[in-house]
Amino acid sequence: MPDPILQISDLHVATAGKEILRGLNLTIRAGEVHAIMGPNASGKSTLAYVLAGREGYQATAGTIRYEGKDLLIMPPEARAREGLFLAFQYPIEIPGMTTLQFLKAALNTIRKHRGLEELDAIDFLALVKERAQLLDVDVDFLNRPVNAGFSGGEKKRNEILQMTFLDPKLAILDETDSGLDIDALKIVAGGVNALRRPDRAMLLITHYQRLLKFVVPDYIHILLNGRIVQSGGKELALTVEERGYGWLEGPDTRISEEKAAP
Amino acid sequence: MKDIGPVADLYRTELSRFEREIAGTTPAWMQQLRQAAGTRFADLGFPTTHHEEWRHTDVTPIVKTPFLTAKRGPDIAKAELEPMASWVGAGHLLAFVNGRFSPSLSLLKRLPEGVIAGSLEDSCVVSSGLLEAHLGQQAQYDDHVFVALNTAFLKEGAFIYLPPKMVIEEPILVVFASCANGEATVSHPRVLIVAGSSSRATVIESYVGLKDDLYFTNAVTEVVLGEEAVFDHHLLQQESRAAYHIGTLAVHQGRNSTFTSHSLAIGSTFDRSEVHALLAGEGGSCTLRGVYAATGRQHVDIHTRIEHAKPSCTSRQLYRGILDKQATGVFNGRIVVRADAHKTDARQTNNNLLLSEDAVIHTAPQLEIFADDVKCTHGATVGQLDRDVLFYLRSRGIDLEDARRLMTHAFGSELIRLIAQDRIRNRFTELLSRWASPSHSESLPA
Ligand SMILES: Nc1ncnc2c1ncn2[C@@H]1O[C@H](COP(=O)(O)OP(=O)(O)O)[C@@H](O)[C@H]1O
Ligand SMILES: [Mg+2]
Repeated sequence: MPDPILQISDLHVATAGKEILRGLNLTIRAGEVHAIMGPNASGKSTLAYVLAGREGYQATAGTIRYEGKDLLIMPPEARAREGLFLAFQYPIEIPGMTTLQFLKAALNTIRKHRGLEELDAIDFLALVKERAQLLDVDVDFLNRPVNAGFSGGEKKRNEILQMTFLDPKLAILDETDSGLDIDALKIVAGGVNALRRPDRAMLLITHYQRLLKFVVPDYIHILLNGRIVQSGGKELALTVEERGYGWLEGPDTRISEEKAAP
Repeated sequence: MKDIGPVADLYRTELSRFEREIAGTTPAWMQQLRQAAGTRFADLGFPTTHHEEWRHTDVTPIVKTPFLTAKRGPDIAKAELEPMASWVGAGHLLAFVNGRFSPSLSLLKRLPEGVIAGSLEDSCVVSSGLLEAHLGQQAQYDDHVFVALNTAFLKEGAFIYLPPKMVIEEPILVVFASCANGEATVSHPRVLIVAGSSSRATVIESYVGLKDDLYFTNAVTEVVLGEEAVFDHHLLQQESRAAYHIGTLAVHQGRNSTFTSHSLAIGSTFDRSEVHALLAGEGGSCTLRGVYAATGRQHVDIHTRIEHAKPSCTSRQLYRGILDKQATGVFNGRIVVRADAHKTDARQTNNNLLLSEDAVIHTAPQLEIFADDVKCTHGATVGQLDRDVLFYLRSRGIDLEDARRLMTHAFGSELIRLIAQDRIRNRFTELLSRWASPSHSESLPA
């Protein structure tokens, strides 16, 4: 069995004084694709953010090991350099900085960290063109400020474009499928599938099982009220599609049900 | 404002010495102009912070330092000026050292028939009429002591003239380099630009310090645009980090003329830059965009005044400030709409980025509207780096310092990218990016 890339044990996370994750366990090994499904407000993004190191998400108990190291003490940039990548559910706009500048800064920092030479302008542009084509991204829009005025679908594709540049070991995709029409979804799924590799793991976070038809996971976990309440193979997605999340709710998981959208 | 003390006496002594030295070498009208301005200077005296226009900008250090009139600059080598000039390409270059025109450092290309771009002093011979008609007309010395002081020393400077319908694509660069060589000196750079009707040109005014010297630059630029003229102005302030810079740009716009100015202020320990634009004919358009960046104990003060005197004129002001460490900034933007200037469309925006808890910005719009049927808007913001953006950058592997630097640069870039000419835009971009790099507080602007 390959070594675990990510080991989460009994993780409790609070934000704004409220406990959101309440004893989460999850192990992901190299080469595996895991999916986390769950209704709105179940804590999916909270998990993504605590993995990426966003401020305001406090791990109050439990541990996260990333390639054996304590992830929680690493600053966000160190996590990224070590190969952790988060595709944001709500990608952030950067006025005044073009996507090209952003990509170049990120790529060269990561390359430097990995002992590679910085790419010169010509090689960089060639690489950008190739990747952009793969994801059907208009090269023109790379000269626009990052995510500013992008449609929902463009923002999501931009996230995947960044992912292809940064060559992650663990890619976490937070609702990358939401807001995409079927054509865009196929393109994005194609991009994600192209990145599947024996030495790389993925965590797909999604509300619906739509994406999972195109990127078929090895394992599916259901997150409810801050805990994984059910794990299984890819067939679990179909059960969720048929029966929703209601059947999984035990007495102690109902607390925040009134907040969960359909 | 009175009681100007020993330093004002010093200026008076310097003035009489100056007049003796140059006796008979300038036209009579110029001598009279100097004299009137000198008298006005003595009457006005230096402002204190009790003066409304100088409330947040204390000129005491300038008043207390016995700056001597700069001698003809120590002969500086072409190579020293090269980095400040070559970026613009092989265009027309007017070079000044310590306020004095330097023919050897200048690059005077053959210009189309009728165009003048050279030393103001040389132009006195052939264009005395033009100079007499315009010098001192736009930059009023009556109520501005530093303009009065500059005018009292008026002799040298740059003069640019475009005959009607003349279009010049290549930018004209005017560099005022200073190099005090251990003695606190003052220079009074002067620029006069007269653009005939329907003419078009691009000019860059650049103020640079060659060493980390203490000196004082007191500059005045006057621009007169004829009907339908289109003029692109650029101002780079990269004075030495020990220097004091006071500059006034006064613009007079004829009917349907278009004036666009981009400025970048990153140098000096003290900068007071004023822009006074008068929309004196119908349909004129005036756009001022500026980025000011200060750190350490730098003080930067931008005062603008756009006066809509005639109907249907448009003005846009967009200024962005970046303040780090203990730097202080002032933005004071005034829009005046005179009684018959109906259908005025005036907008003013000032955004500031504070990079440290100690940095301070005073920003205030001043609207004086005496006409109906006008559109006037203004807005000012003061903020810090966006935490979400910082996290986004860090989540891509960029460390905190670099993320801050990139975002700071991006903030200023939003204005700089609006510069039309590639070379000028690239130069501004490069200078801002150098400013934003981690060692900016120690490095000399180059
Ligand atoms: N920054 C925050 N401040 C306050 N509450 C938050 C914050 N982030 C998440 N929450 C709350 O935590 C719960 C889980 O949110 P989230 O992790 O975004 O769920 P999901 O991604 O599954 O929809 C929700 O009740 C949400 O309102
Ligand atoms: Mg979410």
